[in-house]
Amino acid sequence: MPKVMLTHALKTASLLIVFSIAGTWLLAFIYATTLAPIAKSEEEARLSLFRQIVEDSMHDNDLLKDTIKVGPNELLGNKEPIEINRAKINNKPAAVILEAIAPDGYSGNIKLLIAIRADGTVSGVRVLEHKETPGLGDYIDILHGNWIKQFDNESLEKTTLQMWRVKKDDGKFDYMAGATITPRAIVKAVSRALQYFQINKTKLFADSVVQ
Amino acid sequence: MAMYQEIIKNGLWKQNTGVVQLLGLCPTLAVTTSAVNGMSLGLATAFVMALSNGAVSPIRRFVPDEIRVPVFILVIATLVTVTDLVIHASSKSLYDALGIFIPLIVTNCIVLARVESFAAKNSTIPSMLDGFSMGFGLSLVLALLGGIREFVGKGTFLSGLDLVFGTAAKQIMFILPDYHGFLLAILPPGAFIGLGFLIAGRNWFEIRKKKLALVTTAAIKPADAH
Repeated sequence: MPKVMLTHALKTASLLIVFSIAGTWLLAFIYATTLAPIAKSEEEARLSLFRQIVEDSMHDNDLLKDTIKVGPNELLGNKEPIEINRAKINNKPAAVILEAIAPDGYSGNIKLLIAIRADGTVSGVRVLEHKETPGLGDYIDILHGNWIKQFDNESLEKTTLQMWRVKKDDGKFDYMAGATITPRAIVKAVSRALQYFQINKTKLFADSVVQ
Repeated sequence: MAMYQEIIKNGLWKQNTGVVQLLGLCPTLAVTTSAVNGMSLGLATAFVMALSNGAVSPIRRFVPDEIRVPVFILVIATLVTVTDLVIHASSKSLYDALGIFIPLIVTNCIVLARVESFAAKNSTIPSMLDGFSMGFGLSLVLALLGGIREFVGKGTFLSGLDLVFGTAAKQIMFILPDYHGFLLAILPPGAFIGLGFLIAGRNWFEIRKKKLALVTTAAIKPADAH
């Protein structure tokens, strides 16, 4: 009897192994064939996002390839090193595109993509990821309204740090009644990113001709 | 032929996974914030179910009972991952709309339930049909629930169609003017309440049908007595 059991167990086990190998092989094959198209479509998506906030006339370099790595920074809110994309014209600094995290949203982190021109003005801001309440706090997303566009052309020179607040807190920026925490977090995050740029500008463009 | 008809009828109405079997509530409740989301995930599920039923049916005789479930899960998980990768590679916008939900199909117990209760006992073609009609029945429920939640919650209908069919589809979207929205419908409780109404509606329809049948037979009987 035990012998029968043993052969049966061995048989089933090897069958399971055969199925696992077949499944793994199929997955590996599909993964390998779709790898290149997926990477390409991710790149295109990223580039089209960049195009929303950095005009084509602002750079003549490959935005995706011209990056600089920066470590964790309190002003940007990142806990891991991130890559900052740089826009240049004739190798002169034109703008940077950086990701910033607003940690104090209504529910969880809000991930922002901010483009700052070399003169310290905002070229554009987009929300990359958020978990704000649908229909209430999600007007920060360009899909749900133009709220985020009010940062265009803003700068620390134009608007003093005191005024980088929502109107409810005696600041400059609009908000929608019922959802103040979300815009508050974003206004703060954008102003911090501008401060970061002010402090680190030379470092970010260290390897290019700075005028 | 009668068998095929029965399979389709079961999937779409009699054994509908969404409102009768109440299996796969995880995607039903999570994804149905809009009609397009619901329909898309439903169709992806139908696709995976047809494939997994079709893949399991031919090998059903080689798989001993003891390792049946692990093998089925392996087949389903592989197919879902393949679907995920293929959608990602072929249509980025569709992937953006559905991406996070596709892996959820694995957790959907109707896939395993149909493999186990149908594909493991029937030949390939009926199994694939069963998988697809069960999935399609679910799609209809998801689309309906998504449509209701979207309309009541945001005052729109078919928003996001352009994510699936390209920007040309943007015109099709319907927006109720001057509607401030009813947030509850979009939030998770809205899914439970909406599903409750759908189940109640189906039950009401079934009971009414039975009553009508009873009345007609009752009406015929005296006539027979003459």
